[in-house]
Amino acid sequence: MTTHLKEKHTLITRWAHWINFPVLGMMIWSGLLIYWANDVYRIGIARWTLFHFFPDWVYDAFGLDHQLAYGMSIHFFFMWLFAINGVIYFVFTLLSGAWRELLPTWQSPREAVHVIVYELGLRKTLPPQDKYNSAQKIAYTAIVLMGLGSLVTGIAIYRPTQVAWLTSLVGGYRPARFLHFLFMLGFVCFFLIHIVQVIRAGWNNFRSMVIGAELVVEQEAVQHE
Amino acid sequence: MSKSNVNPERELARRSRRTFLSLGVGAVAGVACWTYLRSRPHEGDLPSPFRRVLQWNGELTSSLFRESHLAPEFLPSRIEALPPNGDIGLNDQTENEDWRLLFIPHESDEVRYLTLPDIRALPKRELISEFKCIEGWSRIVQWGGVRFRDFVQRYAPLSEKAAYVAIATPDNEYYVALDIVSALHAQTLLVYEMNGEPLNDVHGAPLRLFTSVKYGHKSIKRIGTISFSDRPPRDYWAERGYDYYAGL
Repeated sequence: MTTHLKEKHTLITRWAHWINFPVLGMMIWSGLLIYWANDVYRIGIARWTLFHFFPDWVYDAFGLDHQLAYGMSIHFFFMWLFAINGVIYFVFTLLSGAWRELLPTWQSPREAVHVIVYELGLRKTLPPQDKYNSAQKIAYTAIVLMGLGSLVTGIAIYRPTQVAWLTSLVGGYRPARFLHFLFMLGFVCFFLIHIVQVIRAGWNNFRSMVIGAELVVEQEAVQHE
Repeated sequence: MSKSNVNPERELARRSRRTFLSLGVGAVAGVACWTYLRSRPHEGDLPSPFRRVLQWNGELTSSLFRESHLAPEFLPSRIEALPPNGDIGLNDQTENEDWRLLFIPHESDEVRYLTLPDIRALPKRELISEFKCIEGWSRIVQWGGVRFRDFVQRYAPLSEKAAYVAIATPDNEYYVALDIVSALHAQTLLVYEMNGEPLNDVHGAPLRLFTSVKYGHKSIKRIGTISFSDRPPRDYWAERGYDYYAGL
């Protein structure tokens, strides 16, 4: 049995990832400061509400109330970092061919179900995979598209008269704000699942996102001898 | 590199040490940057770096501003009631019949007092457009009045050369600044009718502004004074942490 280091994540991927983490965090936090001023979204039917985004204790717990102006100034500061970092990642992923490892195939949805069943401990085997399994391919492609979506809906709310065509394209001013909010919820859900999966995948995997390489134990070499 | 003579465990330790240290330094630098930014002296109730980026965003997007870019207009069936929001500057004692608009043309010593019939004498324009509050809500409202552009052309055409318009309530409690390009936009109106009715007191009778190129707080109610300037005039909410440009 031998071990060797296997390169896994490029420098640009890792930079983009670790810059995006705090920047997206700032965008979500400042976005909530803005959302507080008109917190109309809820899950419910007619006058019956199952869940209101957000109950008062959420604003109290995180200190999100009465800071609309401050929130906007932070949101429109960090939007540049979020957009530039995202564009660099997107263009690099496109040009380097790394998108081939990320883009789901027609088999991916079916395999992703298989992966999830396995992850839940209800199945013993995994479908064969490359760098990423099918569930990861779908999740990591979706998160990039969601980033793009939040950028587009963000612009549509930011200058709805100047880019009226774009605002219409995403359904109008109010739907654009709602979609922008949904993308935020999507980021939060992704983040929670991502954290759990990273913990489950273990230290070697986490370390590879920082240093770029992971330690691979090669057992085949033993068999061939 | 992977299968060279280098011991992979040692190589791993070396790279981990170096990279995790860099990540840690980066994290500390990020927190230090954030702490520095938010601790800067305030300008207009915001730490100065955030204020400057807001202004820079305003300059950038105003350079992309086109007179031909219009906000969508809606069918009468879409009209909604507009909730009154904010009464600053609406509490002076003048009766609406005694109201006069104090109009100060650009670079002029001549001061004029205009009456509502003076305004109504201009071509009437109706616009069903979405009023967008900076708080995040919006309402589709029918506005009736005259284009600010027509008003300036009629009463002081040379004022178009000013860089800014300053509009204030009769008591000067509320005041807004508009860049001249936004003020002269086709969807910037001096409004005396709302949703088919004469403008009522809570919405700024007898004359208010509506502009589709700025957030609602720039659409000042109960106009008392209109003047022009080449330097940025005061703006009520920009002094309280909001964007001075506040463009849409």
